[in-house]
Amino acid sequence: MNTNRQIPGALGRRREPLTDTQLLLTITICIFIAMYILAMLVWGGGFLRPQQLFDMFNNNASLIIISCGLTIVMVAGGIDISVGGITALVVMSCVVHLDNFGGSIFTSVLLALGIGLAFGLVQGYLIAYLKIQPFIVTLAGMFFARGMTTVVSVEPHSAKHAGFLALKALRIEIPWLGYTAKNGNIIPGRLEIGVVIALAVVLLVFILLKWTKLGRNLYAVGGNPQSALMLGINVKRSRFYSYLISGLLAGIGGFVFLTHTGAGNATNATGAEMNAIASSIIGGTLLTGGVGNVIGTLFGVLTLTTIKSIVLASGLRDPWWQSITTGAMLCLFILLQSVVLAGRRKGRTRVRTAVPKRFRLQRKT
Amino acid sequence: MPGDLRKSARFKGKYTQLLVPIIAIAVLVIFNLIRDSSFFSIALTTNNDGNIVFTGNLISILNSASELAILAMGMTLVTSASGGQDISVGATAAIAGSVFVKVLRGGEITPLTIILGFLACCVVAVIFGAFNGALVAVFDIQPMIATLILFTCGRSIAYWINGGATPTVSDPIIKAIGGFIPGIPIPTPVFIVILCSLVFALLFRFTNLGFYTQAVGINQKAARLNGISSTGIKLLAFIILGVCVAVAGCIRTSRLGLINHETILSGIEMDAILAVAIGGNALSGGKFRMAGSVIGAYAIQALTTTLYAMKVSSTEIQAYKAVVIILLVVIGSPVVKDAAARFWARHARKTRLSL
Repeated sequence: MNTNRQIPGALGRRREPLTDTQLLLTITICIFIAMYILAMLVWGGGFLRPQQLFDMFNNNASLIIISCGLTIVMVAGGIDISVGGITALVVMSCVVHLDNFGGSIFTSVLLALGIGLAFGLVQGYLIAYLKIQPFIVTLAGMFFARGMTTVVSVEPHSAKHAGFLALKALRIEIPWLGYTAKNGNIIPGRLEIGVVIALAVVLLVFILLKWTKLGRNLYAVGGNPQSALMLGINVKRSRFYSYLISGLLAGIGGFVFLTHTGAGNATNATGAEMNAIASSIIGGTLLTGGVGNVIGTLFGVLTLTTIKSIVLASGLRDPWWQSITTGAMLCLFILLQSVVLAGRRKGRTRVRTAVPKRFRLQRKT
Repeated sequence: MPGDLRKSARFKGKYTQLLVPIIAIAVLVIFNLIRDSSFFSIALTTNNDGNIVFTGNLISILNSASELAILAMGMTLVTSASGGQDISVGATAAIAGSVFVKVLRGGEITPLTIILGFLACCVVAVIFGAFNGALVAVFDIQPMIATLILFTCGRSIAYWINGGATPTVSDPIIKAIGGFIPGIPIPTPVFIVILCSLVFALLFRFTNLGFYTQAVGINQKAARLNGISSTGIKLLAFIILGVCVAVAGCIRTSRLGLINHETILSGIEMDAILAVAIGGNALSGGKFRMAGSVIGAYAIQALTTTLYAMKVSSTEIQAYKAVVIILLVVIGSPVVKDAAARFWARHARKTRLSL
């Protein structure tokens, strides 16, 4: 539990075992579990079936991958709002490549990775080495990707490639987590291929952030770039890599999105960047940088989805309720983080942390 | 002469910031002159309502940049005070427009109800602005995150207010606000922009608003120690932006004669932030020049109109805009500027040596 000691401010706090990252992560997981149990108790039905949980993963595999990329960027103190646009561009390009240009699955995966990497390279270079504000660069990236999507094709495209359709229909069946249908058949729990990729990405990013030099550098750069520079960390390169990884993951996310929907549309993944940012924030990543955990991000995505399911289950079926409750939840989490962290900061600057215990005045009770 | 030098330095400091947007507009003008000089023709025609009005691309740029210019003014203040941007202006404008239409459709449309509707929509927009402002100023949350909340759910709130429909309003007065006043050949929104600019100019001339805002933006702690309430100034900036949003929402609603919560002013937040950036204001806060933002807004609209004139479809425009934006910010980035300055210095020394 001592691995997060590099975070500024974590020095000399031997009494408090939790770092900011761990505290926010714990809050998120607790809230998710509490919410899910509440949903099970109150609405029962679908929530009692494991398939409900599996569907959350199935529907949000690409969002999980995109959010992981965003968590990396946010930990390094940046922001990337181009991910939704990149996803849409990748989906459209891959569909057109598969159907109209006789591409294979392998080449379309390469195309997806290539598009993601190209965006990551250019944006990372502009932000890290030319020192342009990340918001402006990735905003332009989003405009560019969305515009290019309509240049590739204005009409929606459905994939007709036989091999791809087989990949799309591929399910991982988990018989012991199924349920019995009304006619007595046992329907096994089903997971899509994208979920496996998403979970692998989460694991890899977790390892990257926790146990690699680059990952620790990202926390240092996000926490305080000045101190990171003085410690001999290559701040520019770390930032560059964060955007590169985010672009790459957006490319992978795009392909996973395609395996879920099987169709390209110019409006695909609209608002995905904001959902990803919201998931990261709910998962305990701070936009100021230096604090965050990819496991939290995974739970952030699940929490957002659970809220939406609960809104539907509770009978608020008008289309506006989902995003209003999402906004309300986001507001709640942001305020919670702000208050919790402000409270901790206050405690941290007390004199007792600066003065050794034996020199401290003893209060008589 | 040293005196002249000092004068020129002061001149430089005051006006170089406006150089980028003016150059952007100049480049667009030259480009259009070469491409098709009929781009600049202005004609007097009779419109559908029987008014004699000016038409032409220049008038269209002036007219349709109005909302953007007004939002850019408010955004400049918020950027300067808080060092962040409000990304919820489009969504809040949708809410404001919905309230405006809701009040107008409540009964017969008279000048009084229009004023009432405008006041109601101002109040609502100010409340939402204050909500954002409170999150930023009191809870010390980054502006982009704080406004992300309304960005996510603002349009749904507008949808809720409209009850799932896209109501229309048609009235000669509404048409006059969004289009032309009978007898005056210049679109009304242009006058509203001039009015707003005047109000801001007077505010900056006769109050310390601009000065205090910059002080808070440059160094919040120093401003606080000098007796300026940084919380209050930030809150005020967001509230002023709220009023700007209400005005912009009303103009757009009157112009279209209907409110569609999904499409009204969608993506305007990005354009407004760009206008501020192109105007040479630092997005990290501090010193600002509002004139730069307004000229920046017209530069963006000029670009859009030029692209439309070149028969680029509305969805593809984004890609071209992005390229232009990136070019502009790369030219304006400190690293490139330093490299250019070093290059010029070396070049100048070489020529002097050779002489």
